[in-house]
Parts: sequence; structure tokens; C-alpha cells
Amino acid sequence: MAVIRDIIPAFELYQPQSVDDALRLLDKFGADALVLAGGLDSMDWLKDRLKRPKAVVDLGQIKELHGIREANGGLEIGAMTPLTEVVKHPVVREKFSILMQAAELVASPQIRNQGTIGGNVSQDTRCWYYRGGWNCYRAGGNICYADTPTAINREHAIFDADRCVAVNPSDTAPALVALDAQMVIRGPKGERVVGAEEYWIGPGIDITKMNVLQPNELLTAIRIPGTMAGAQFYFEKVRDRQVWDFPLVNVAAAIKPNGSNIGEARLVVNAVAAIPRRLKNVETAIVGKPRNEETAKMAGDLAVQGAQVLRHNGYKVPLMRNLVKRAVRGSEGGAWTS
Amino acid sequence: MDLLKWGRSPWGEWVLTHVSWNLFWGSLFAGVLFLVAHASYMLFSAHRKRAAAETDALEASHKDLPVKIERHGLAARLFHWVMAAAMFVLLFTAFLPVVGVKFPWVQWHWIAGLVLTASIVFHIIHATFWLDFWSIWVGPKDIPEFKAELLREFGHDVPGPKSGKYPLGNRLYHLAIVVTGLAVVATGMFMLVRVRTPLFIRNPYLFRDSTWGVTYVTHGLAGVGLVGLVIAHVYFAVRPEKWWITKSMILGWITRRQYLEHHEPSRWPVGHGPSQAKPAGRV
Repeated sequence: MAVIRDIIPAFELYQPQSVDDALRLLDKFGADALVLAGGLDSMDWLKDRLKRPKAVVDLGQIKELHGIREANGGLEIGAMTPLTEVVKHPVVREKFSILMQAAELVASPQIRNQGTIGGNVSQDTRCWYYRGGWNCYRAGGNICYADTPTAINREHAIFDADRCVAVNPSDTAPALVALDAQMVIRGPKGERVVGAEEYWIGPGIDITKMNVLQPNELLTAIRIPGTMAGAQFYFEKVRDRQVWDFPLVNVAAAIKPNGSNIGEARLVVNAVAAIPRRLKNVETAIVGKPRNEETAKMAGDLAVQGAQVLRHNGYKVPLMRNLVKRAVRGSEGGAWTS
Repeated sequence: MDLLKWGRSPWGEWVLTHVSWNLFWGSLFAGVLFLVAHASYMLFSAHRKRAAAETDALEASHKDLPVKIERHGLAARLFHWVMAAAMFVLLFTAFLPVVGVKFPWVQWHWIAGLVLTASIVFHIIHATFWLDFWSIWVGPKDIPEFKAELLREFGHDVPGPKSGKYPLGNRLYHLAIVVTGLAVVATGMFMLVRVRTPLFIRNPYLFRDSTWGVTYVTHGLAGVGLVGLVIAHVYFAVRPEKWWITKSMILGWITRRQYLEHHEPSRWPVGHGPSQAKPAGRV
């Protein structure tokens, strides 16, 4: 079981200066390497002594992974860009404010200064059985301790559980899916670009991973196309502690009006499944309808169809229903900015 | 190289959790190696089967036998092919993710497992009450046949007994499949209690961790064993000299000449009783 210690296990620290050097190290060490971005997720694992990598590859010195660049009407955000920088970037605030809202609701100001957008989208799940070192499915065992009759599973999944009921805890992930972002991945075979929707994977596909990254690959950048620039955005996050916590449920909506009706919509909810859950059935149902209370109620009801609750997370169903309802209605008060 | 995976239970005990996928690669390699070795051997083998003249003489003296002789009834054939389909789905859903083809496999796997289980239950009942139950089993009585077959493989012309309804290889393979199949089905049915299905209320605490570990490891061992066994089975099914057996599993019958060439009429008499070969077309 996890025991927080002051001294982390010994490892070789590498601080490559380029992506190519980092990839060579990852290729060399494979699964024995741990990639360090902001370190907020990684240091937990190391201090708990639940991960004992031979090598830690610190990406902090790689300049090409930092910064936000405008490209083709959209943005390309380096994976090592701190969340604070994302929040403060003028183009993000002007055209893609949903990402600003989401990033600003991540943890605390200190953590946002240190935490990177690549780390935020690639972080591991917060299931406390898994993080506590229990030998569950996700850790290579043969049981989900969170899905047992006596489990404490208040934060766990209500959709798409496949043996494991852990959820994705990222705030920026649903915003990026709503913006139809693309994830740029580099590995020994070169660069590949996957849509944000395909970046995260559920336990049915691979129960030990949260995303498609292979041990010898790096997320180098996130591209946000201009297609949803300036749309009507909505982001809301519900958490136990308002100043610093992971989401119980969050919702991201990007809606383009067509006259007085909804023309195009992308709705995404996170922390209800192992991947950000895009609500395509709701999107289809609301397109062409006015953005009013009736449409919002229908969207909320539709969004939670098929939910399967555990012993302690039944509250997530009305919570998600209401968040989707508010997102479609466009209620004031959900989002806030600094 | 690890062969088994261990984990620590919440109570600090080291318990088995899974087999290592190294065993899968081992079984796959062994199956392919056997295939290559046997195929190479068969290119140069001096295997002796009943001489054509002897078969001619037998055929002349058994003119009373029907031209087509039933080897597998419709129910037996349906069982075989349903079981084969279920087995392929089980193996592909279990091992494609291991080789890198990722997809949501669990639901397909347990549904195929239920089909396999149902087909095996059907087969046991059918074989017990409607077929000659013991004709597929091997025992001390088969030692003379084993010796004779071995000598024939090495080119000796021996007068020893031919097989009854099932060749010795069939019976040995059936024994291996019974052991691995029952192990995989029995453990799989318990493991089904751990996943979400509409059939049961999940009960992950049905056994203690160490017992679950043995269950998972047994399932894994039987599963990887089946990889090699299925490779061997498919290989023999498509071999030219065995094609008459495969064809009989499709059509249900063999010719009179095949019957006389490959079988011992005294051990598989045609004509009377449930254990005996019938003319094809009769029920």
C-alpha cells in the first residue's frame, strides 16, 4: 500500500535539450522511463514509491515544447506550456475562451504555474485504490476494488466501465474535445496526429493506460483549429473544494448559433468515464432547436441515458444532467474568469 | 523470464494474478514449430497405410456395406462447428489485444465463452446418451494400436489393429481438449461473476484473493495451451491425407473405401446399434 515517504526511489535523471534526445532516451528505457512534465502527477507516484523508474526524463529543458503559436486561424500549444500561460494568452482568451476557463479551474495558482497542458491532459486517473497501490486491474491485477459492494466509489464512473471504474480527471481535456483539437505525438517512427477524441482510451481498449501514448512516444503539441473560434462557449466544473480539487463532473460546450437556433454543437462531459465523454446523441438532438429551457431539459435527460451508478456515485447522474442542461441553456454563473 | 504474475493483496499477501504473456508467445511458437516439424517430416515420411490391394480385397468382401457411411450425425457436426466458432472468437478476443490489436474485447469474450459452455454441455449429454461415449477415449486397451501406429509412422508394415471410429491422434487430441477446455470453461464461468453482465449480480468476493489468483492463472494456462492445440488441429484438418476426416465433419459421411482403408471394421462395425456406423442418410 502507498506510504508517503520523504525520499523518492533512486533513478537516473535525464534533462534532454531536444525532443529527439528525449525520444532516444524513451526508446532506450521503454517502460522503465518516467516522463516528467510539470511533475505534479509524477512526483505523487515517486513519493508513494509506487513507480520505481530506472530513468526520469525531464522535459523542462526542451524549448520547442514551450509556447503558444498562432497557425491557420487556430493555435498550436506546446505540450510543456504552463497552464497559467494558456490562461493568460490573448488569443486563447479572445477566440477559445472555453480553454481559458477550463485551464483556470485546474487546481490552484501555484499548481497552474508549474503544471503543463500536456501533463494535464495526460495525467493518470485519481482512483484512490489505484493511486494507493492496490493491485487492481489498472495496476496489472485482476480486480477493481472500487467496484465492490463495500467500495468507496463516490468519484468513479457512471459510464463505460469495463472492469475498471476509474475516471479521467482532466479539466482541459473536455474543452479540447469541444474545440476539436488535435494531439501531435512524436515517436521513433516520426510524427502522428490524433484527434482529441481518439487520444484518450477506456479500459475496454487498454485497462492499464489512459491515452494512446506508447512508452517511447511524447505528446509534443496540441493544435486547436479555428473552426470553433468565437463560438458560444460554456464550461462548468463541480468539485468538493472550490479552491483546489479535481472535478466530480465538468462540462464543456461549444455552440455555434444559426439564426435563433443552435447551428452546430460540441458537448463534452468529463469525470464520468475513463475518457472525456462526447455527447453526440445530445448534439444531434439539439441542432436546429432554440437554445431555451425546453431544449436544455431534453439535452440533460438525454445525456444521462445509460448511466450505471455504483454504490456511492448516484449523485453524478442528476449532477451531469443539470450541468448539460445549464450548458445548453447557456446559464450565467457556471463559468468565471480572472 | 516470468511465467506467472504475482501481486500483493490488500492484506499484504503475495498472490498469483495472471499468467505471463510470455507463455502465449511460447504456445504460439510451439504450435508453429510443431506444424513446421510435422510438415517437414511428412515430406519424407514412410508412413504405411493399408495397402491398396488389401483395401481392394476388403472392399470386395464387404459389398454389403453402404457406399456412404455416416461418421458424424447432424447434431455432432453442429456442435463441432459451433464450438469451433466460439473457440476462435475466444482466442482472437483474448490474444489480439496482446499482440497489439486493441479493441473492447471483454463482452465478445464472455458471450463466446457462454456459447462454448452451452455447446460443451450439449456435447456431453449428446455423447453420453446418443453416441458411443467411450469410442473417443484412450486407455490401456489402446496400447497395441499405439505401438502399431508408431511402427507404421516409421515405415514398418505391421498387422496390428487399425483404429475404431476415431484415429488414435483424434482421441489423444480430444483428451487434451477435454482437459484444457473444461479448465478454461470452469474458471471462465467463475470469472464471469467478476464482470458486468446482465446474467449475474457481480460478486468479486466470491473467493479469496489467492483462490481468484489460481482461477485466473488456470484460465490463462488453459487459454495459452489452447493456442498451440488449435494451431495443431487446424493444421491437421487441412492436411491432404486428413482431408477425408475434415470432409466427414462437414458432410457427415465417409465412403466405404475410406471406412475400410482407415478403420478396423471389428472395432467400428457398420449396421447395428447406436455405437455402430450407419449408412449415411438414415437417422
